[in-house]
Amino acid sequence: MKFLRRTLAVAAKDLRSEIRSKEAVNASVSFALVILLLFSFAFDLEPEEIREIAGGLLWLIFAFAGTLILNRSFARELVNDCLDALLASPISGAELFLGKCLANYVLIIIVECISLPFFAIFYDVRLPHLGLLFVVMLLGTWGITVIGTMFSAMTVNLRLRELMLPTLVYPMLIPALLGAIQLSRVLITNGRLADNFIWFRILVAFDVIFTILALALVEIVLVG
Amino acid sequence: MTPALSIEGVWKYYGDYPALRDVSFHVDPGACLALLGRNGAGKTTLLRILGGLSKAARGRVLILGEDARAGATRQRIGILGHGIGVYEELSAFENLQLFGELYGVVDARRTATEWLERTGLDRVRDGLVREFSRGMRQRLAIARCFLHQPSLLLLDEPFTALDDRAIAVLQELLESTLGRGGTIVMSTHQLREALELATDVALINRGKLAYRGPRTWEMLEDPGWLYRHYGDA
Repeated sequence: MKFLRRTLAVAAKDLRSEIRSKEAVNASVSFALVILLLFSFAFDLEPEEIREIAGGLLWLIFAFAGTLILNRSFARELVNDCLDALLASPISGAELFLGKCLANYVLIIIVECISLPFFAIFYDVRLPHLGLLFVVMLLGTWGITVIGTMFSAMTVNLRLRELMLPTLVYPMLIPALLGAIQLSRVLITNGRLADNFIWFRILVAFDVIFTILALALVEIVLVG
Repeated sequence: MTPALSIEGVWKYYGDYPALRDVSFHVDPGACLALLGRNGAGKTTLLRILGGLSKAARGRVLILGEDARAGATRQRIGILGHGIGVYEELSAFENLQLFGELYGVVDARRTATEWLERTGLDRVRDGLVREFSRGMRQRLAIARCFLHQPSLLLLDEPFTALDDRAIAVLQELLESTLGRGGTIVMSTHQLREALELATDVALINRGKLAYRGPRTWEMLEDPGWLYRHYGDA
C-alpha cells in the first residue's frame, strides 16, 4: 500500500509539473506532427506501399517523439537539486522509477493519441482495427517508457544527455520496436494476426523482463 | 549507547582523486557537530555519504545503528543541501504535501499547512514556487527538511545566502531539534555562528580528518584558532 501511494505521489507530481509547464509534451507533439508532415511530402508512394510501411513509420515517430519526453524525466529533477531531496527521502529506487515510468507512459500515450489521427489523414491510411492497434500501442509504449526512463536516470548527470539518451535507448528498443512494427503493420494491412502472434509474445516478454530488470537495478543506477 | 552516526575508515574517490581518506569518527545523540574545512576539503562529499546520496568506496557508515540507505534510516534524517530541493512548478503546499507523503507523515495535508504557517508562507500557500522570492524559497526548503521531525539533521552550509527571516526560522528549529534530543551535523564557513551552536567540532583537511573533539572556549573566542593549529594556514 505504501509502495503504491509513494509511486502514485511521484507520478502525480511529474504529471502536475508537466501540465503546468507543458515543455515536454508541446515539444514532443510538435516534433511528431512535423515529422509526419515532412515524411508525407518526402515519399510519393502507392497506397499499398504506404500501408506496408505504415507500421514502421508510426513507431519511428512514436520512438523519436517519446525520447523528447523521456529526456526531461530525470532532467527536471536537477533544478533545485530535487533529485537529492527525493533520494534522501525514504522512497525506494523502485518506487521513484515506477512513479516516473507511469507519468512518462501517460504523457507518451497522449502524444501518440494526438499523432495517430494526423498519421491517418496525412497518409490516407484506414485503421480498421483501432482497438487492437491501441493495445499494441500500450504494450510497445510501455517498452519504450521502461527503457527510456532507466536510461534517463543513467544519463541525468551527463552533459550530452540529450544526445546520449537516444543513442543508448534505440538499440535496446529493437526487439520491442520490431514487435510493435510487425503487429501494427498486420493490423493496418488487414493481415492475419494469428500468424504473427509470436511478435505479441516478444512484446509482452520484453515489457516484463525489462520492467523487472529496471526495478532491480535502478537503486544502483541512482546511488551507485 | 548507539552513536547517532558512526563513520569507520571511509574513502571516496572522484576518478583517481581521493576526496575522503580514511575518515573515522562518531557523533553521540544530542550533539551538534560543526563540520569545518576549506573549500574542496570533502565536507559536502562526507555529508552526501551520511545522507545516503552517495556511496563510500571503502569503509562503513552507520546512522543510528543502521545502514544509511535503509528506508527506516532515511525516515529519521533531514537534509538541507546547497539546492532547495523543491519543485518550481508546484505550489508551496503541494511541495510540502508531496514530501510529507514520501516521508510517510500521518496527515500530510495538515502537516503541510502547519509548516506553511510556521515558516510564514501560509499567505502564499497556493502560489507556485517559480513565483517566489529567494527568501520564501529558502523558508520552504527549511520546512521540507523539518516537516517529518527528523532526529538527525545533515546541513550543508545552512546559513549561506539566507535572509534574516529564514535565519531566525532555522535557528529556532535547530535549537528545538537539540532540545528534543536530536543530533545535528552542520558544514559551514560561518565559523562564529556554527561554533556558538556546536557541542563538537570536526575539521577536514584535504579529505583527511585533521581534528575531532569538543568545541572549546578557545575556538569560540577565536574562530580561526582551529585552522591555525590543525588546518592549513
